[in-house]
Amino acid sequence: MTQPFTIVTGIAAPLLLDDVNTDQITPAQASRSLHPDYAAAWFSRWRLDAQGNAVPDFVLNKPHYRDAAILVTGENFGCGSAREGAVWAMVARGIRCIVARSFADFYRANCIQNGVLPVVLAGDAMPRFETLVQDVAGRAPFTVDLQAQRVTGPGDQHFGFAIDAAERTLLLEGLDDIGLSLKHKTEIDRWERKTASEQPWLQAIPS
Amino acid sequence: MTEPMPATLFSKIWDAHVVAQRGDGKFLVYMDRNMLDEVRAPHVFARIEQQGLRLRRPDLTFAVQDHSVATRPGRNDTTRPDSTDIIRATRQAAHTHGVRLFDLDDPEQGISHVVAPELGMVLPGATHACADSHAATVGALGALAFGCGSTELEHILTTQTMALARPATLRLTLHGRLDHGVTAKDVILHAIARLGVDGARGAVVELTGSAVAAIPVEGRFTLCNMCTEMGARSALSAPDDAVFQWLAGRRMAPRGAAWDQALARWRTLRSDDDAIFDTELDVDCAGLEPQVTWGTDPSQSIGISAPVPDIGTAPPGREAAWRRALDYMALTQGAPIAGMPINRAFIGSCTNARLTDLESAAAVLRGRKVAPQVHAIVVPGSMTVRREAEACGLDQVFKAAGFEWHESGCSMCAGGSGARANPGERIMSTSNRNFEGRQGRDVRTHLASPAMVAAAAIAGRIVDVRPMLEGRP
Repeated sequence: MTQPFTIVTGIAAPLLLDDVNTDQITPAQASRSLHPDYAAAWFSRWRLDAQGNAVPDFVLNKPHYRDAAILVTGENFGCGSAREGAVWAMVARGIRCIVARSFADFYRANCIQNGVLPVVLAGDAMPRFETLVQDVAGRAPFTVDLQAQRVTGPGDQHFGFAIDAAERTLLLEGLDDIGLSLKHKTEIDRWERKTASEQPWLQAIPS
Repeated sequence: MTEPMPATLFSKIWDAHVVAQRGDGKFLVYMDRNMLDEVRAPHVFARIEQQGLRLRRPDLTFAVQDHSVATRPGRNDTTRPDSTDIIRATRQAAHTHGVRLFDLDDPEQGISHVVAPELGMVLPGATHACADSHAATVGALGALAFGCGSTELEHILTTQTMALARPATLRLTLHGRLDHGVTAKDVILHAIARLGVDGARGAVVELTGSAVAAIPVEGRFTLCNMCTEMGARSALSAPDDAVFQWLAGRRMAPRGAAWDQALARWRTLRSDDDAIFDTELDVDCAGLEPQVTWGTDPSQSIGISAPVPDIGTAPPGREAAWRRALDYMALTQGAPIAGMPINRAFIGSCTNARLTDLESAAAVLRGRKVAPQVHAIVVPGSMTVRREAEACGLDQVFKAAGFEWHESGCSMCAGGSGARANPGERIMSTSNRNFEGRQGRDVRTHLASPAMVAAAAIAGRIVDVRPMLEGRP
């Protein structure tokens, strides 16, 4: 079961780049361990220089964005690998919602699995939202309300978003994906029996 | 009586595998074969145990050690100390759960996407789940394959199904006669450059057209593999006689009467003439030159004789990204890409490490020497490929030219096997991603075909392979 997502209030940090890929979010080398430190891996190539010192110019290193709960970013966020560590790193850093111009498919699916809300704002609101986030610069929180499908910024500025009804329910109630599917065990049994007789090569592998 | 609705190849396979529709609207799609690697396996098996669940079909599930294994001959669990724990945990978990593991010393070990088709594990019309974004590689056999994350993999292993929304379909027609020296890798890099890194986002891509038909089966794996770099959910092409011939006699493929029965069914695996796709795109490949990437995503690719593009020609909104990419790659807009000196050459990965890939590189290397300043390695896609290559003497060609001849694994593709370049180095690579830092901090990756990488290794700089293929120095 994933942690349910209802309302998140926190600092919004702008990483206004397109095509941010999974190697940038968590370098592949971070996953070569039984218990990877995903918080340390999070954007490590950008946050840290070759000597391991913080890069002061990198936006997510700025003191006012350090405790961000909402990440704001560009097109095709999370492209590249299917590795889930790139979402676990967000969770480890306290990011519960990502507002992007668009998401890569694998990344979006992994977000849903981990109670991280992927938001694409309705209509052409994104440029206005990005400007607001930059202007606020961490001085005041934003609120993401999944029930109301709305992001609210300082001064009561509202931004609506759409989300697939099934995903909304799963996020609001906490996800038990396997439990939902195991209700269909009889149908899976039946499919296997039918296939074993019609296409036996699919159900049994020669040893 | 009404005629059945014309169907796409995708929908024929999808419809035949839908087991049920869940209360939340998602479809449960049966997965005929599952595969997982050592980077995901320890975590996923541990999670399944913690939940008190078990694998539904260990007999249809395979594990492989590929991402983080050393590839230098003589490797073992501890050659790469930072991977020792996950390698051993994967071995233990595979044993506990009764899953066939292609372990470090297994004669069939290799990269999951190379091993699955070459053993006949994945078949035309079958579904395949693999916890890696390049799962779609095997679509070249006419199989429907999905990559997934670790949590989705728990679901797959315990239910033998994936819970999916029905994806959109995209038919990508690649047409035009390919010139000598132009390969599948050049075709797909060109297509990605035309369509963009999100040009197929979320869609199942069917590759078709005269260029696809002319490409040998092993090259079609390269095409399907790289559709991932356009954001595709999956990719496949209709199986033809070349595919059936390629598959016949493979160890896990059906035999005898079962083969004949399967073949009759497989021959129906193509999109009906009037089938409707959500999107239709086509890319002309006539007159295409060998390609090489100049930037930090796979769409930033040009023909070998073209100059590095001007930032002014970037797609709208991508100017800053182009500037950043040129900066990282230390290239000048308007300058030729040919002639850039390289430090390393890597032939390997799930994209380009099958036997035909090694043959095409060897054709360039025969009788030539790698430039003294270039470090060159070749990492066969599987130990099976490695043995086949040795049987035709390719290892001798590579070694004589000055390439290191490795055992199998993902190796330098993601810097996973300890084989990583040094900061600032420039590498010609047959892999699939030229992302910043992927092959090591500040390493500059140029993606290209095996023949182009071999040519660059010889010249010590990025060059057009075609004169070398004509026997010129």
